[in-house]
Amino acid sequence: MMTLVESFQDTLRAAAATGTPVSIRAGGSKSFYGRPGTGTGFSVAEYTGIIDYSPTELVISARAGTPLAELEAALAKENQMLPFEPPHFGPGATLGGTIACGFSGPRRPYAGAARDHVLGITCLNGRGERLRFGGQVMKNVAGYDISRTLTGSLGTLAVLLDITLKVLPRPETELTLSLEASPEQALEWLNVWAGQPLPLSGGGCIGKQLMVRLSGFEQGVKAAAQRLGGDELAAADSFWQDLREQRHPFFQDDRPLWRLSVPPATAAFALEADELIDWGGAQRWLKTSLPAQILRDTAARAGGHATRFRGGNRDDVFHPLDPALLALHQRLKASFDPAGILNPGRMYSGI
Amino acid sequence: MSDTTIIDLLREKLPTECVLSEAEELRPYECDGLSAYRRLPLVVVIPKTLEQVQTTLKLCAQNGVAVVARGAGTGLSGGALPLTDGVLLSMARFNRILAIDTANRTARVQPGVTNLSISKAAAPHGLYYAPDPSSQIACSIGGNVAENAGGVHCLKYGLTVHNIQQVEVLTIDGEHLTVGSQALDSAGYDLLALMTGSEGLLGLITEITVKLLPLPETAQVVLAAFASVEAAGTAVTAIIANGIIPAGLELLDNPAIRAVEQFVHAGYPEDAAAILLCELDGTAADVATQIERVSGVFREAGATELRVSRDDAERQRFWAGRKAAFPAMGRLSPDYYCMDGTIPRRHLSRVLAEIERMSTEYGLPICNVFHAGDGNLHPLILYDANQPGELERTEELGGKILELCVAVGGTITGEHGVGMEKINQMCVQFNAEELTQLHAVKHAFDPQGLLNPGKAIPTLHRCAEFGAMHIHQGQLPHPELERF
Ligand SMILES: Cc1cc2nc3c(=O)[nH]c(=O)nc-3n(C[C@H](O)[C@H](O)[C@H](O)COP(=O)(O)OP(=O)(O)OC[C@H]3O[C@@H](n4cnc5c(N)ncnc54)[C@H](O)[C@@H]3O)c2cc1C
Repeated sequence: MMTLVESFQDTLRAAAATGTPVSIRAGGSKSFYGRPGTGTGFSVAEYTGIIDYSPTELVISARAGTPLAELEAALAKENQMLPFEPPHFGPGATLGGTIACGFSGPRRPYAGAARDHVLGITCLNGRGERLRFGGQVMKNVAGYDISRTLTGSLGTLAVLLDITLKVLPRPETELTLSLEASPEQALEWLNVWAGQPLPLSGGGCIGKQLMVRLSGFEQGVKAAAQRLGGDELAAADSFWQDLREQRHPFFQDDRPLWRLSVPPATAAFALEADELIDWGGAQRWLKTSLPAQILRDTAARAGGHATRFRGGNRDDVFHPLDPALLALHQRLKASFDPAGILNPGRMYSGI
Repeated sequence: MSDTTIIDLLREKLPTECVLSEAEELRPYECDGLSAYRRLPLVVVIPKTLEQVQTTLKLCAQNGVAVVARGAGTGLSGGALPLTDGVLLSMARFNRILAIDTANRTARVQPGVTNLSISKAAAPHGLYYAPDPSSQIACSIGGNVAENAGGVHCLKYGLTVHNIQQVEVLTIDGEHLTVGSQALDSAGYDLLALMTGSEGLLGLITEITVKLLPLPETAQVVLAAFASVEAAGTAVTAIIANGIIPAGLELLDNPAIRAVEQFVHAGYPEDAAAILLCELDGTAADVATQIERVSGVFREAGATELRVSRDDAERQRFWAGRKAAFPAMGRLSPDYYCMDGTIPRRHLSRVLAEIERMSTEYGLPICNVFHAGDGNLHPLILYDANQPGELERTEELGGKILELCVAVGGTITGEHGVGMEKINQMCVQFNAEELTQLHAVKHAFDPQGLLNPGKAIPTLHRCAEFGAMHIHQGQLPHPELERF
């Protein structure tokens, strides 16, 4: 009998032969993200299951269709976690979708991003070839770092099959401080503190409320909390979850949602927009109807980039690449997917 | 084109002192840290300005001449080994720290800056650059990016790839690319990850923005001695299982301990079968908590002796032995060969026992000093290149060790890169389709194949000759595809 992977390979070979695009999908929780998919549905939702998990190795391998919640529950049982605290954006979230989008949550600036924790990926390229890059170990420099390059590539280079991630023990103690601060004050504090040896694991500011999360051993966390002041937030876990999942009232607004990724100490933007500060200042959520150009220019001037995360014109989502980089993206795409069948146009037109 | 022409063209466009072509001037560039491989380049170019780098690359691209980039030449896999008909491009003169941004905790540096000098420049601001290869006083940050270098503290703080934000790149055509950004991520594909560890095959790195971290409040080292290497290996697993991620966790076996003691007198127990050096850092309170736990774990794992560094001087002394391990071996044996495989930690004891068996089989002594917490092995094979056949036997033994690493689910290189040295073992780790994909990626950056050709990714032809590639019924898969 043909295995699931072999049937995927067959489908891709046939699609490549006829030049028919496929639109890769698993749980559908992130179909709002990126440019609209075109092409025949190609579901990896059935390709599920944890392949290997040995807690003492701090490594877990699972198939792309594995529900993120299932993966997290397996880790929680061993008192471990995904350090990059990925958002789910719905109950359907899978591991594959999370890695294909490259999403990371509030812990990102302190613990690293999704790509930082990817150790290895087995995938199918646009020729339907099954390829394995990276591995199960922490350090591996054999060949180019393809598995990290695939992270965040939105399925435009390859169909992700098996993903190996580095995981970490859960911190023993965690607490969140709430302090009153203007955005300017919040940004200053967040960046001064990030330059000091403090056990930070989250830093965001909504309105005039600065939230700072501390994680680690009990004594160190308590000592840091005393130093920073403010009040301990009671429902801390749900606060960070709501922020991560965009369920906080800030996000309940009909205007498009923009994500500006900028150097963390960048001053609050003087724009006609509501701004939420996350990632210690490095990620800014803006609710605004301003034209794309203004947001892109603002982000670029600061040394970063702007993404139209939700709403608005879905054909124009990601920050335009300069011509030399765009040409390189096209050549890379062609190297993985010469027939251009994998999620074409999902990231940029022509890729 | 003939050999003299590219030298003439370079001389025409560049200042005299930037172009070296006399044999005695070329000699210092004949090898990197893997001195068993040597050859003279056709010509060495040592530019002073980016325009000169660009000019050199363009001339090479126009004339189909290969280019090997060189940082400090401390690489251990022959990555910077020159080509007899190619240009060796040294980035040594790009040795300035351009800016330190304390608010955003980054430093913008030129590629020839040494790893350690970044941390030195950041120290007055209470910051440092975390990846710390043992070669950090000499190796260049450009070379670190090209190799994705690691170090003792990578267990907790990650490798080069986790600690950089942006690189400026010149392609072989002299075209400029900014890869990554000043923010934590950038639009499009993660080309920063692709450039990191690309061993000079994709582009020339001309500037790097590194992340800086706050200097920890305190750091202390626990030194634990064990009566067997297996016990030490088990202790490593137990530490992680107890939810502790030390800043560093290194293992030295008995031959290494004795060599080091004769050399630097670090105060290691010479009768121990193995010692572990476990560094814990953080706030004073956290370090105290961790030391207590780590000591408990070590005792339970059968440690015969435990010492905790009492002050920074003692901590430095504990590390001095580890850091002097390579030079110490150099005094024991005329030559040594440093391997670099990574394995899943749970196989540590088994793999070390097997390495010992192979050492006996080949009659070549092996010392082990390595990043145990990461499972990154560095077996050092001691040999004498003056004995006929001994280098060849050493290389064969080294190759066997790497294949063992792959067999237990590991990799042929954790941090030193493939370069020239491990090119055959790449055929063991990757199949023909995977290698073809890797070549296609290179082709997207460097269609003429002029950047460091012949390194890092073997041709399928080479693998077929090496005999490791699985060739089905005498046919390579996809014979219709172009082979790079
Ligand atoms: C005693 C000793 C201890 C060591 N310990 C460690 C360790 O703990 N961890 C570790 O990871 N490594 C270690 N190394 C290996 C070595 O120091 C690292 O690989 C280092 O990153 C190489 O830097 P380099 O400047 O010397 O590069 P080189 O040796 O000059 O070059 C290395 C590779 O990078 C390419 N390259 C250099 N500069 C550029 C550039 N600007 N653009 C594009 N490509 C470039 C070269 O072509 C070559 O392929 C050690 C070496 C020695 C001798």
